[in-house]
Amino acid sequence: MPVKNIRDAINETLKLEMRRDDRVVVIGEDVVGGLGGSSGVEEAAGGTFGITTGLAAEFGRRRVIDTPITESAIIGMAGGAALTGLRPVAELMFIDFIGVCFDQILNQIAKFRYMFGGRADVPVVIRTMIGAGAGTGPQHSQALYNMLMHVPGIKVVLPSNAYDAKGLLATAIRDNDPVVFCEHKCMYLETCEVPEESYTIPFGVAKVTREGTDVTIVALSRMVMLANQVADKLKSEGISVEVIDPRTISPLDTDAILASVRKTGRLVAVDECNPYCSVASEITSLVACEAIGSLKSAPVKVTSPHTPVPAAPNLEQLYAPDAAAIEAAVRRVLG
Amino acid sequence: MSYDPIMLLDAYRRMRAIREFEETMRREVQAGTVPGFVHLYCGEEAIAVGACMHLADTDYIGSTHRGHGHCIAKGCDFEGLLLEIYCKQGGLCNGKGGSMHMADLRKGMLGANAIVGGAPPIAIGAALSAQVLGNKGVALAFIGDGASNQGTVFESMNMASCLKLPMIFMYENNGYAEFSGVKWHMGSADITSRAAGFGMSSVKVDGTDFFAVYDAMSAAVARARNGEGPSSIEAVAMRWYGHFEGDMQKYRKSGEVDELRRTSDPLVKFEARATAEFGIDADELREIDEELREMIEDALAIAKAAPKPTPDALYTDVYASY
Repeated sequence: MPVKNIRDAINETLKLEMRRDDRVVVIGEDVVGGLGGSSGVEEAAGGTFGITTGLAAEFGRRRVIDTPITESAIIGMAGGAALTGLRPVAELMFIDFIGVCFDQILNQIAKFRYMFGGRADVPVVIRTMIGAGAGTGPQHSQALYNMLMHVPGIKVVLPSNAYDAKGLLATAIRDNDPVVFCEHKCMYLETCEVPEESYTIPFGVAKVTREGTDVTIVALSRMVMLANQVADKLKSEGISVEVIDPRTISPLDTDAILASVRKTGRLVAVDECNPYCSVASEITSLVACEAIGSLKSAPVKVTSPHTPVPAAPNLEQLYAPDAAAIEAAVRRVLG
Repeated sequence: MSYDPIMLLDAYRRMRAIREFEETMRREVQAGTVPGFVHLYCGEEAIAVGACMHLADTDYIGSTHRGHGHCIAKGCDFEGLLLEIYCKQGGLCNGKGGSMHMADLRKGMLGANAIVGGAPPIAIGAALSAQVLGNKGVALAFIGDGASNQGTVFESMNMASCLKLPMIFMYENNGYAEFSGVKWHMGSADITSRAAGFGMSSVKVDGTDFFAVYDAMSAAVARARNGEGPSSIEAVAMRWYGHFEGDMQKYRKSGEVDELRRTSDPLVKFEARATAEFGIDADELREIDEELREMIEDALAIAKAAPKPTPDALYTDVYASY
């Protein structure tokens, strides 16, 4: 099977879905990248990180809609187009820019179906980039997906590898609800085996990335990679760690999490968000409410601290959870 | 119009400082010593300086991701700036802001800003403070052509007009919004006509001509300080370098920047007129050049050698008290 990185898997999925359905359009800042420049090279960039490379050449500018820097209008326009016959994939370049356009997500797109009495489909995908670790400072490095999990009407996807990215993005585009698809900026070049053909992965179905019996780690996005490393390391010490990757946090596969914790009796929840009202908080709350009788020790949350993301590289390194922090948490729940 | 030679020498010093600073940054980015992303201001020096020559430390500016030039024009010191760009202890923001978020409230610098269109609402807040406090202060937002399309910018112009705020919208039309040309991303012919629609004085000037920017600012600041409300100035000056350092710039035709350097270098244009018409001595300018070069290299050495923030700094300054 071919090996691909996440960036290419996403690019390929956009192409496959645009070939499959003419109603799929891509909208965003510099998704063509270079329009109006003096060189006349239209696709000078193909997206800020090259994710949308080649789309304009294949599908034309009618369906690959490069926009000014104007997030409220991009997201609102995508929502309106979704209500009226298109299936837009809008790009919010960095999730931090949600601050500029949150009304269109929170009060408009998320509520259309419900407040219109179920008489609307809203097949819009918002692809966005999350995460610390790339030296992009306080306003380009946040996780923030926890805020979206809070909003009814929005689905939230967090792929942790190229295989899942491809299948989950296809599902997102074919879904009739608004989906925010969160890509970690430090993971675009992570590779794994990815089939050539199109496939979908259902939302709300967690993946067990490591099977184990002593401790359950629930991890998201880039944290899955670190949790797997910890599980592999501790295996040699005879500690059996199960790693659960929910893949989508809304809907959340509560059954898989509870089943694992009922088996292991111990929980470590790992999440790059700030700690209060984080996804880790939600998962520990779920386990406390539904499976407290199975717990052999208090659950531990591993999150970023309650601070903005610092610009200084040495401080940024301390910001998001690392493998050592996850390992320490595992040892703590083991007592 | 005549210009005070002392003012002209000061203006030259600030413009040259920006050029020297940014070329030094470019060299250092290429050498790999600078953390994070850096967006350079070369080619646009006359805008920041033409504007800030009219402003005191008690007047405020809001800036952009391309903020080094604004900081220098507003009087921030090289050492504080470089310590911040290198994310070191003692930087303007103690290393927690970096190049894209540098602020210096003592100098009336409200911050570079990594959110496109983020600064204008904040800047009208500073204008509101000046109005309410009655201190004759003014506020100015530097706004790129890309940001000129953001709703925050439109809302700020309307608010400033309604409240007659002592506010100046200084549009820096540098030709590109990230990788997209202004001809593509802007629906109107220019920014000036849009700003006029909000009921304020609105002019367009050559942003590589210090004198043009300075004169337009003169009128705008006078209006602001006299309680006559906001103004808009669109200063047109192409940037010389990429959106960020490392940008391949395939959207630009080859030779474009060489042509800009040859025909519209703001420093060359300034020197030609200042020496021919206003009695400025070119030798004196060369002394300034040399002095600045040394100052910037000294500050750079200090910044490179300075200690990084201590790990506990990650947790400080989230709140005043908690």
